Amino acid sequence: MTLDPDKFTIASALEGLAKKDFTSVELTQASIKAMEAARPLNAMITETPDKALEMAKAADARRAKGEAGLLEGIPLAIKDLFATKGVLTTAASHILDGFKPEYESTATANLWKAGAVMLGKLNLDEFAMGSSNETSYYGPVTNPWRAKDGTKLVPGGSSGGSAAAVSAGFALGATGTDTGGSIRQPASLCGITGIKPTYGRVSRWGIVAFASSLDQAGPMTRTVRDSALMLQAMAGFDPKDSTSVDRPVPDYVANLDGGVKGMRIGIPREYRMDGMDPEIVALWEQGKQWLKEAGAEIVDINLPHTHYALATYYIVAPAEASSNLARYDGVRYGLRVPGKDLTEMYENTRGEGFGREVQRRIMIGTYVLSAGYYDAYYTKAQKVRTLIKKDFEQAFQRVDAILTPTAPNAAFPIGMKNDDPVTMYLNDVFTVPTSLAGLPGMSVPAGLSSGGLPLGLQLIGKPFEESQLLRVGRTLEKAANYTAKPFHWWES
Amino acid sequence: MSLDKAAVAKIAKLARLKMEPDRQEPLASELNRILSFVEELQSVNTDNVPPMTSVTPMKLRQREDAVTDGGQPEAVLKNAPQRQGDFYTVPKVVE
Repeated sequence: MTLDPDKFTIASALEGLAKKDFTSVELTQASIKAMEAARPLNAMITETPDKALEMAKAADARRAKGEAGLLEGIPLAIKDLFATKGVLTTAASHILDGFKPEYESTATANLWKAGAVMLGKLNLDEFAMGSSNETSYYGPVTNPWRAKDGTKLVPGGSSGGSAAAVSAGFALGATGTDTGGSIRQPASLCGITGIKPTYGRVSRWGIVAFASSLDQAGPMTRTVRDSALMLQAMAGFDPKDSTSVDRPVPDYVANLDGGVKGMRIGIPREYRMDGMDPEIVALWEQGKQWLKEAGAEIVDINLPHTHYALATYYIVAPAEASSNLARYDGVRYGLRVPGKDLTEMYENTRGEGFGREVQRRIMIGTYVLSAGYYDAYYTKAQKVRTLIKKDFEQAFQRVDAILTPTAPNAAFPIGMKNDDPVTMYLNDVFTVPTSLAGLPGMSVPAGLSSGGLPLGLQLIGKPFEESQLLRVGRTLEKAANYTAKPFHWWES
Repeated sequence: MSLDKAAVAKIAKLARLKMEPDRQEPLASELNRILSFVEELQSVNTDNVPPMTSVTPMKLRQREDAVTDGGQPEAVLKNAPQRQGDFYTVPKVVE
């Protein structure tokens, strides 16, 4: 029996496995074959086919014994920011050369506990710093979607490998992490669904840290239902993460089809920016219409400090990054470049081990935290962050969820936005405010641009109301009826 | 506020990043571009606004002051670029 993993969702594969139409080993073999065929996309840093088959065999055995978990036998790919025991973990950085953790991240451990199968580790922007997956030491990822003239496009970032793997169809789902939009923006650019949960919902333990007050892991999948299933497995309290929240994980799947009748959906005026692409505006309008037709009330809201979110983010995130990345010193793991003394060894290791964008952010972070500038930059940014969060709190007194575009543009050509860091940063203009406020946000594919490329819409929810958010997402998904898939040019 | 080559060299030193002299000039201009972009925050009135310390209202948990893990020198040292016995080794620090 030849299976095509691209034809399945997690939910439909679980059904097939339960009905014994096929085994996890068969599905995993098919996924491995598709993953190998998709190598031109450069979505993977490390493939683990042997481990995958071993896990699939164990999954089939558990299922045969009637002990199937929530994701029993489902092949997934893991962003290479999650520590995986005994498997190379790079953060797409030269500085983690050869690093094989002796421990497993809590989020991935939860997935394996639920029966999922690991296909391998996915490419990303180095230390998750980037919006195009071009800063990886292992080279850029190519979006499965190409321009009409065949130009190769970025998949977005930083979870670019994750989005490409799911969009290309070889992984049924992937883990992502999101600090300022790193799940939602690539999901939008590759035509898939992704959710960044509320800060504290998924344990950060064992995930390579970028900006600890913003980092949050979440699922990237083909459907909203699949995201609900994967989040169900990943979420939960973890005593090993001091910011993990101790509250029960609700059933995310149960009310998925409950609809939005009577819900109030906010449309923030400030997200309507000057010079915005008319296609994005039109899609947003369409989204409003869909939710209205499904019975929601559309409410105009204000989020007055939106304009300052990016600037706030580009102080807070580099500041935390510069301090988190201080641990890479060539002593305990990864790359070591010799020097005549200890300081020179540090400097040589870090100078060679970190790429340009990471060095830029370490420099900015070091500067804004340095004596004499701390208050002017860092404290000021944390004050504005308080105001941004307050904007959302006020809005959520009037509405249940907020609808915005996910990204200001569709996927763009590789190399196009590399000249100026700020141009690249603007890709996250709609996703960053949610991150600063710690709120759950998701991207749902909603249509195609005139160039034939996927575009997503973002939904923002109240803290820990992922259930409700997923329900709105499911409503949007049904209305949009997005079925487009990229042509598999890499297979020919 | 504008950074020059000397300022870039100083920050690189603080961050323990080896910086070739020919990188200082371009990096100064990249960093200045970012700093001028974030400058707009100065126009926001933040009088009496507390800086954010925690995005979700939570108290950090406390636990018993007891050993919960450890005794695994092999696992800890497994990824060391250089080791001697149960120690990491570094270039000589004390003459």
